[in-house]
Amino acid sequence: MLTLEALRLTQDDFTLTADWSAPEGAHLALIGPSGAGKTSLLMAIAGFFTPSAGRILWQGRDLADLTPGERPVTILFQDQNLFPHLTIAQNLILGLSPDMKVTDPIRAKVEAALERVGLGGMGARKPAQLSGGQQGRAALARALLRARPMLLLDEPFAALGPGLRAEMLDLLGEVADETGALVILVSHEPRDAQRFAVHTSVVADGLASALVPTAELFANPPKALSGYLG
Amino acid sequence: MTVARALALGIAALILGSALLLAQRAETWALAPADLGALRFTLTQAGLSAAISALLAVPLARALHRRRFAGRGALISLMAAPFALPFVVAVLGLLTIFGRSGPVNMILAALGLPAFSIYGLHGVVMANVFFNLPLATRILLHGWQGIPAERFRLAQSLSMPPAAQFRHLELPMLLAQLPGIALVVFLVCLTSFAISLTLGGGPKASTLELSIYQALRFDFDLGRAALLASLQFVLCALVTLAAMRVSLPAGFGAGLDLRGAAPAPKGWRRGLDIVWILLAAAYLLAPLLAALIKGVPGLSDLPPGTLPALARSVAVALGSALLCACTALVLALAAARGPARGVELAAMLPLSASGLVLGAGLFIAIRPFAPPETLALPITLLVNALLALPFLFRLLLPPARQIHQDYSRLTDSLGLSPTTRLRRITLPLLARPLFYGAGLAAALSMGDLGVITLFAGSQGATLPLLVQQLIGAYRIEQAAAVALILVTASFTLFTLLDRLGNRHADP
Repeated sequence: MLTLEALRLTQDDFTLTADWSAPEGAHLALIGPSGAGKTSLLMAIAGFFTPSAGRILWQGRDLADLTPGERPVTILFQDQNLFPHLTIAQNLILGLSPDMKVTDPIRAKVEAALERVGLGGMGARKPAQLSGGQQGRAALARALLRARPMLLLDEPFAALGPGLRAEMLDLLGEVADETGALVILVSHEPRDAQRFAVHTSVVADGLASALVPTAELFANPPKALSGYLG
Repeated sequence: MTVARALALGIAALILGSALLLAQRAETWALAPADLGALRFTLTQAGLSAAISALLAVPLARALHRRRFAGRGALISLMAAPFALPFVVAVLGLLTIFGRSGPVNMILAALGLPAFSIYGLHGVVMANVFFNLPLATRILLHGWQGIPAERFRLAQSLSMPPAAQFRHLELPMLLAQLPGIALVVFLVCLTSFAISLTLGGGPKASTLELSIYQALRFDFDLGRAALLASLQFVLCALVTLAAMRVSLPAGFGAGLDLRGAAPAPKGWRRGLDIVWILLAAAYLLAPLLAALIKGVPGLSDLPPGTLPALARSVAVALGSALLCACTALVLALAAARGPARGVELAAMLPLSASGLVLGAGLFIAIRPFAPPETLALPITLLVNALLALPFLFRLLLPPARQIHQDYSRLTDSLGLSPTTRLRRITLPLLARPLFYGAGLAAALSMGDLGVITLFAGSQGATLPLLVQQLIGAYRIEQAAAVALILVTASFTLFTLLDRLGNRHADP
């Protein structure tokens, strides 16, 4: 279980508070206007943003002392998820072996993961030789290999068209189910949340609201959300 | 961070320590008339060179910007070469063209006009312009390319006459760029040594740098050398400080960008542009070609000691390039991670020192412990690496910042170890500028004629020193032959290192 315990994030005149928990394997979305702090909350969980107060706990353990690499987290950024000078296979190997040592079992796992996301046989290519959608698939394949209990995504498919986006969200759902990961998806696109997330937190006016079932939220939007939806 | 801090401290200690030692050794602070003369000559030649280079660069860069012709790209690339060209080679080329028996004086004699002498203030300025006009032109060309093509189109659609276009579009860019360019050239010329050693000289045409050398080598007057070196250090430090306040233009940037061809007026303006380009190409190419062609016959009659000098030069150049590249890499990576004012200052500090100032300081420092000539090569290596450091640091800092910005979170979240991060991520991504910079440092060191003149004994010359000694003995043909070897070796080192970078960098 992920617990945000009286969490407060502060930077200059921006503050965000959050106080809720989510069970293992849940599919969550954070939605809200840009600048409200969705990304900051994600970065705090991943270890890139130090909270000014409160704690972030995973299975009851405080994450504060763990470096980003040690946290039970895989994160997909908006872009720059793949190193441009490494092949796709090498980028995936980094997920299993941070010192890039390659063994036969690792090679086999990487090939299987590529196969799984529909990139079979493309391991030798460089990221620049893949389309935007294929790059997203490669990043998801690495998340599959790392199999950390939390998967955080910061608008990773924002540059894709609606059809491709839906496809990637479905693939994300499958990857999450296979690894049993708790997924938190940051998006400014309400349809992403409706398609993927069972529960949603609205991030607006300095508060990441408690989780509510996504369907219920959109059927009866609170004031913070209705303003955003227009 | 600790390694970077230690390096920064070491650099500061070396440079400021030399300066303090010199100040302490200066027996008097009263300048003799000859010293005042050297100060005046230094400022005059640097000022004239800066003004002429900056002013001539304006029509030349403009012509290059708006005209398209065969060989344009080659000419612009060639303009990057003088920066790394050995001074002695250029001096030799100018001597070949403008010397007593050169083509210019032959034409003058045929016309019954008085002979032209390249020695003296105007010769020094001519050589300085040869080196710095290309630099100034490339920076300005970059400035011109920075004016959005849409603005020119807008001006044309409003039917602005050329004078108004110049006033509203080009003049603001020029006013922003020219002070920085002039200061950079001024700073480079303040430390002019090899040029004034061969083309200046005499009490009327000595720079401070040359006077330090004469005080140490000929008069063996340590006190006077220390006084002159202190003066030179203060002068360079003041100009560096001034230059850092004006935003310094980057000298390497100008590309061949073709987007939106600039309006190219026809008529007399076209003719004038052609004249500018032809004159500049001739002024840059003729001395170079003359020196190289003159060197070919002498290759069969090389002076003894050429090969050992070549070996020494290559060894010093490679060592200096390695030391400089590693130091610049450590400092740039530290500065890229976040604000590190001390590290940045230390990397730029060598700009305020010159080869002879550092040389004189180290000469005085080690003389009690060892005969200076035994340490000639290691000291040359060290000083060359220090002097090239600011250029390499400026070259590496922007890409290092970019890599940090783009990939530090990803490497952190994947939990890569520092070694893996350096070996598999940072070095491959930085390989291109790193090796290009190392090549540049090698070429600069290879052609350097500065600190070695203070330390070298009768044995142990490097190639530039050998060329200078041969010019001094009026054995011009042999000098040209050795200069040809020097240029070839320097260019080969640069190209090899640059290629190595391309091979290690992934697309």
